[in-house]
Amino acid sequence: MNRYWNEYQKAIADDHYFYERSCIRQTFFPGSETAFLNMLRNGLGKDVYDDFRQHTCTGIGYHADIVPLETTMTVVARLFSLMTEHGYRNFVPSCVTSFGVFTETVHMWELHPELLEKTRENLWKACKREFELPENIAHASDVIYKFREELGSKMKYRLVNRFTGNPLKVVEHIGCHYAKIFPDKGVGKAEFPYVLAGMIESWGGEVIDYPERRHCCGFGFRQYLVQENRGYSISNTKKKLESMEPYEPDFIVTNCPGCSLFLDRWQYTIAEMEHKTYDREGYGIPVLTYEEMAGLLLGYDPWELGLQIHQVQSERLMDKIGIKYNPKEKYRGISGKILRNPEKPENLSV
Amino acid sequence: MGNLVDLIKTDIRYGDALKACMNCGICTAICPAAEFFDYDPRRICDTVQRGDEETLEQLLRSDTIWECGQCLSCKTRCPRGNVPGMVISILRKVSQDVGYYRDSRLGRQQAELMNGIGKNILEIGYCVHPDRVLPSKHPEQGPIWEWYRNNICEIAPKLGANYHGEGAGALRSINRETMDELRSIFEVTGASSFQKEITED
Repeated sequence: MNRYWNEYQKAIADDHYFYERSCIRQTFFPGSETAFLNMLRNGLGKDVYDDFRQHTCTGIGYHADIVPLETTMTVVARLFSLMTEHGYRNFVPSCVTSFGVFTETVHMWELHPELLEKTRENLWKACKREFELPENIAHASDVIYKFREELGSKMKYRLVNRFTGNPLKVVEHIGCHYAKIFPDKGVGKAEFPYVLAGMIESWGGEVIDYPERRHCCGFGFRQYLVQENRGYSISNTKKKLESMEPYEPDFIVTNCPGCSLFLDRWQYTIAEMEHKTYDREGYGIPVLTYEEMAGLLLGYDPWELGLQIHQVQSERLMDKIGIKYNPKEKYRGISGKILRNPEKPENLSV
Repeated sequence: MGNLVDLIKTDIRYGDALKACMNCGICTAICPAAEFFDYDPRRICDTVQRGDEETLEQLLRSDTIWECGQCLSCKTRCPRGNVPGMVISILRKVSQDVGYYRDSRLGRQQAELMNGIGKNILEIGYCVHPDRVLPSKHPEQGPIWEWYRNNICEIAPKLGANYHGEGAGALRSINRETMDELRSIFEVTGASSFQKEITED
């Protein structure tokens, strides 16, 4: 590798991970966390620990300024204590906001050792717990990136349009807190993030480079969480969608659960408010998590990945790739019952 | 009220947040909030750096500090390594500590956030959970969200989730011992009293 690019790489542990779940991913994309664990454990034979005693990292509360820094640090310390207790040293958060919080916390402790000592005192006082720092913190998308070739060799499908033979055109969106806060903690840093682009290229697709590629999805914490502020959030997503529209992307993939959510749901909202969709046929641009993208190519059942609970539906994308799926199973529940179809949006075709 | 400059500078994050701003304005150029609001992180850094108490007090009582979206895009581009978004976190903390946020319409939204996300954390151990994302307050979530919520006991297990279940898995019920430890952390680190104060506003 060209030596100038060495500094754009990051260390990603190759086994024995402590998995920290994400509030947003569990809420809106639970199938993605299931797929991640399945790919790592069953697909690659890796050891991943999923502790039932874990909890929120409080990252959303911290960035909404309702949880003090000292509290968030002690909550992070409790999560590290679970990792320590089970003999793990490689910490893998599912959420990009959490990844930023863990990285920021460790950075602050390195910079201010007295803060680390204070956190140890707080955790002992609150929980009688002790902890070691992780040797490696990698976002879950880093881990998939690391094993992209191994996973690729097991895939049934490629990111290729079976009708034209051309690579699918993919927009990759990186969550802001993946590398904007600590650029050296992200693959490719903040300006050339390669974590998703590497997966897309390895799996046969073509990455779209569009003007607002690095613009925020617009979550904005309090700018979405407070209903009256949501104009901020939708405006930012709209700016991105308008910027990518001329390139006619086949789909969008993100590594942040919040970004996946907003890029999906705001397309619905814009369609309902302005009768505008960002594809030619009125269906919108499908938005996948990276676990969903990998899972689909590996041949996982799309209805077990959870594609039916996106507002922009993905059948047309699956048809382009040639993925086999059973439409009759889409709304079948765990009991075997076929559920009543969801209500259709007025302006967004599904 | 005490010296605002001291309150700001004693925040442990200050050294990372503001080193020496040369007022180039790159942060404002990249800032999503600056496109949406009349918001200018360059001016905020300038105000903090100058340290004029009267101007700082006006800033801490204003809507301005509540307009940032915390994307931290400013960090990436600042040629001096400043983090205007982190300056904002400090200003918001000081504004809440001294009570100035009550003079701002946007600042007063902290009570709503505390009643939402704050309660979620302490009651169920999640910031966000499907039970707490009500379609009536989230029309942007679309009909698919209402459908999912209505059928969550049928769909979540199909996706491998352990909705309200014991043991590990997505959307598991977080056990009592864990919740007790989480709440204890909030007590010990002062978050509980801070939250109570904001919620009672």
